[in-house]
Amino acid sequence: MSDIKVKTAPVLGVDGRSAGHLLEIENLHVEFRTRDGVAKVINGVSYHVDAGETLAVLGESGSGKSVTAQTIMGILDTPPGFVTNGSIRFRGKDLLTMGKDERRLVRGEGIAMVFQDALSALNPVFTVGFQIAELFRKRRGMSRADGYKRATELLDLVKIPAAKTRLKDYPHQFSGGMRQRVMIAMALALDPEVLIADEPTTALDVTVQAQIMDLLAEIRRDRNMGMILITHDLGVVADVADRIAVMYAGRIVEQADVHALYGKPCHPYTLALLDSLPRLDLKGQELNTIKGLPPNLLRIPSGCAFHPRCRMARDICSTQRPALLELGGVRSSACHFAEELYGRE
Amino acid sequence: MGRYALRRLLQAIPVFIGTTFLIWFLVWGLPGDPFAGRCGERQCPESYVKFMTDKFGLDDPLPVQYFNYLTNLLQGEFGQTFNGTEIGDLLAQAFPVSIKLALVAVAAEALIGITAGVLTGLRRGSFIDNLVLVSTLVLIAMPIFVIGLVARYSLGLASVSPEAPWVELIIPGLILGSGSLAYITRLTRVNLVENRRADYVRTAVAKGLAPSRVTGVHLLRNSMIPVVTWLGLDLGSLMGGAIVTEGIFNIRGIGGLLFDSINRRQSGVVVSIVAILVLVYLIVNLLVDLLYGVLDPRIRYE
Repeated sequence: MSDIKVKTAPVLGVDGRSAGHLLEIENLHVEFRTRDGVAKVINGVSYHVDAGETLAVLGESGSGKSVTAQTIMGILDTPPGFVTNGSIRFRGKDLLTMGKDERRLVRGEGIAMVFQDALSALNPVFTVGFQIAELFRKRRGMSRADGYKRATELLDLVKIPAAKTRLKDYPHQFSGGMRQRVMIAMALALDPEVLIADEPTTALDVTVQAQIMDLLAEIRRDRNMGMILITHDLGVVADVADRIAVMYAGRIVEQADVHALYGKPCHPYTLALLDSLPRLDLKGQELNTIKGLPPNLLRIPSGCAFHPRCRMARDICSTQRPALLELGGVRSSACHFAEELYGRE
Repeated sequence: MGRYALRRLLQAIPVFIGTTFLIWFLVWGLPGDPFAGRCGERQCPESYVKFMTDKFGLDDPLPVQYFNYLTNLLQGEFGQTFNGTEIGDLLAQAFPVSIKLALVAVAAEALIGITAGVLTGLRRGSFIDNLVLVSTLVLIAMPIFVIGLVARYSLGLASVSPEAPWVELIIPGLILGSGSLAYITRLTRVNLVENRRADYVRTAVAKGLAPSRVTGVHLLRNSMIPVVTWLGLDLGSLMGGAIVTEGIFNIRGIGGLLFDSINRRQSGVVVSIVAILVLVYLIVNLLVDLLYGVLDPRIRYE
């Protein structure tokens, strides 16, 4: 494939100095203003991703992982959603303050997104060929014929059999897995530098899940893209991610290398998540669960948001919010007892 | 799709026969003498009544009369009125006028209704949205004869000339379509508002497409499906003429002809008009159903 850019040049800011990471979210705050009150959905999230690496963002429903992604893409529904603070820098430029048109051009080309439910995310009344070729026609100024030719190549790339004839099919004529491949092909069309995959396998069968994850990993490697993988599935993460950020109630509670995190979780929430995985050696026993429910974002608990469900909670947890503590390397944890957990054998 | 269309056409045959049969019985079964008052002040002479009864086969049993009528109809013969005018000629004069009027009305509905619906759907809650919502409510609530009469006398319009040129049909067409126009506006608006938050619209935005393309292609194409089908059905029903609108503007269309024929007991004309209307409606319905499948590929015909 000739259209693969080799992204080895260091990322430079506007002034030419090194601006750090390819995509960097800092202290992001998003709230949803609803009739019942203001829901603080994201409360100071910071993470970054570089070319060629995969960051997995892990969390329960309502933890804010998808909203963060929507905010990066600029597809947050406003109202009710409002960004109240923070910055999202892509190649050193803040997406939140740049002009509408400039930001629009980042979509698809700089950062692209694969959505969870491909059936509803694809337009039901247009063929998949039209929907992919549209990107080449409208964003690259290609002719219809060239656009469709490129669309065929993309369907080939995501391993859809008989790509050329399938171009003329509508989304509902594809199986779930094939439809997700179409979504991926569409996201890859403009050769993005960062790919956000928002629970790309949640709606699929387990066997198909593995195929899709392998495909994403392969493409990420081949194109040296940065990837943000949003998921609630710990099993999916382990194989493909380089780093993991665990979110709870709109905050990152722990961030670490994938091996470090699985080897020695340093936040009671991560610990509880890993504990609740089904294990072969504990076959027949009841699964461990995290008691209680994720917090209502209209009334986030005081102190550490996790304290009502935490096995280690002490008095301090309900009064004082723990800061995200650096534990060396890329490792950090937002728990009063992070160092204690980190120091254990 | 071809098989489906064929089956629908075959199904239309019993529907057509059933409806014309019913209307035939209703019209000819009406009490009263068709020759009363035909000869001025005097009673009609015995010989005239006998001649007419023979000519139109009025002594035959009703089913036989209906069968004869249907056989003639299938050969394109509508028969004559009691005055000896060819019914076919009457229809040939009146139908084009009503069709023109219907086309004007539907064009107005589509043009104004969809535009207003898109504008309000994109600016929900704005001043223009509220203004249009209130005006459509007024249009829907107001009887058409009120709108028609007020428009005619406040604008000081003359009767539409017998040839019914397009220009003279614009105002009557607008009035005929006013109710549906208001409905189309609301239908467009509500579909747009509903689909605006759809996932595929979000995807289109995430693809970095220009806002005009997101709205004009991805959003509009989906929102228009119910609107277009509704317009199609409306065209079918408007072709049946509009008694009130045609009456107000003295348009010599099918509505007026039907009204006159019922009053004058010209049963042959009434049945012929209804037969054609049934046919038109059946065909339009089929076309709309087929169109629906073209607009929404998820629909399959079996």
